[in-house]
Amino acid sequence: MAVTAPVGVLALQGNVPEHLDALRACGAEARPVRRPAELAEVAGLVLPGGESTTLSKLLEAVELLEPLRERLRAGMPAFGSCAGMILLAREAIDGRPDQHQLGALDITVRRNAFGRQVQSFETDLAVTGVVGGPVRAVFIRAPWVESTGRGVEVLARVPGSVPGPASGKVVAVRQGPVMATAFHPEQTGDARLHDLFLRRVREYAAAG
Amino acid sequence: MTRPDTAPATGTGGVKRGLADMLKGGVIMDVVTPEQAKIAEDAGAVAVMALERVPADIRAQGGVARMSDPDMVAGIVESVSIPVMAKARIGHFVEAQVLQSIGVDYVDESEVLTPADEAHHIDKWAFTVPFVCGATNLGEALRRLGEGAAMIRSKGEAGTGNVVEATRHMRAIRSEIRALSRMDTQELYAAAKELRAPVSLVQEVAESGRLPVVLFTAGGIATPADAAMMMQLGAEGVFVGSGIFKSGDPAKRAEAIVRATTFHDDPDVIAKVSAGLGEAMVGRTTSDMAEHERLATRGW
Repeated sequence: MAVTAPVGVLALQGNVPEHLDALRACGAEARPVRRPAELAEVAGLVLPGGESTTLSKLLEAVELLEPLRERLRAGMPAFGSCAGMILLAREAIDGRPDQHQLGALDITVRRNAFGRQVQSFETDLAVTGVVGGPVRAVFIRAPWVESTGRGVEVLARVPGSVPGPASGKVVAVRQGPVMATAFHPEQTGDARLHDLFLRRVREYAAAG
Repeated sequence: MTRPDTAPATGTGGVKRGLADMLKGGVIMDVVTPEQAKIAEDAGAVAVMALERVPADIRAQGGVARMSDPDMVAGIVESVSIPVMAKARIGHFVEAQVLQSIGVDYVDESEVLTPADEAHHIDKWAFTVPFVCGATNLGEALRRLGEGAAMIRSKGEAGTGNVVEATRHMRAIRSEIRALSRMDTQELYAAAKELRAPVSLVQEVAESGRLPVVLFTAGGIATPADAAMMMQLGAEGVFVGSGIFKSGDPAKRAEAIVRATTFHDDPDVIAKVSAGLGEAMVGRTTSDMAEHERLATRGW
């Protein structure tokens, strides 16, 4: 079933085209969002992978920060990947002290938790709510979730087969209409997580 | 591609190209000290490029330009939370090994430094760290991809503050891609020979109408309008070298170039951020440059 209202991808910087493609592959009308007026027109928003410090700075500079907080408070569905997860979190560790947090997810994330680029990796990952087998999860200088508040559902953890401190860490969550992954579902051509997000958008639209 | 088993895999093509994807729409700034790296990060850079001297100084001072002191690179890595890239000389695989060992996120095998090998580029498949390489045309870009580069940038003519060479390279790459898209199967074999590039890559580009990796621009970008023009010519992001720290007000100019890159298609924004930036770096023309002064002809 197609989503009738358009959904947006925050397009200030980062992996925007891949998210637009994935949403369109699911039958949604997807648009880039760079201005407050564009944000007002979408029924849900994807916050893409990118550099969270840059995105945080640009959100403020283009006066999107408060309108976005307002929409999220009002229950707009959102889906963040990697940098998007960091922005949606209530708190980020190892970030810059002046980095803005949208606080739409009651989680604490650790930035670049897995290490630098040479430690970036991909692996198969089972995700709650995604049917048809595991997703291929690409982690790029990725964060992980250190702690979750009440009301946050854990959707995926790093497999126990991964050695070291990363083992078992939470890497996908949902809280009401907002979900986030530490990895990049937009990188693999597998749109099942985008489909899950669009289901939230439809529920939200139906609830009026 | 066969599906790898469930064990986590580092250094895959997807992971290497993926970091470049995350930098799209952003500005990567040349820095020579941790202090400059902080200024770049504060201004909204998506990454910094560590090098010994900015290209304008390499031109002015001459001598052999090499990889930065590892201590300096490590200091830059420590000082910012954004990715850190660093330059290695063309063909100097040991400089690249050193940069990988100290935790650099991307290696630029760069014509800005003095080449260490006149016949061979680095075998980039042999590394976990991803590489970006310069190109003046499509054939050069595809040869670098054949050697394992995970990101391509135009060469431009670094350290001149003159965008004309970058324009030429961006236009060449884009128009050669368009030409491939119109060819039939037999013509593609001939084109691969002409481009001196692997047939499989030529076929892939012809089919998709784009490089299989992210394409940034570099070389001579000095103003917000330069950055926006390159984005409109098809660049997916911008490297700025001497243009920032050789200008009158680096922090302000850096911020303006970041904003102009995001809003590259909005002249109102570009006009606004271009006002009151102070002195741009001193530029120089490239048409009267002697052959030995040209950096873009290094590499092949």
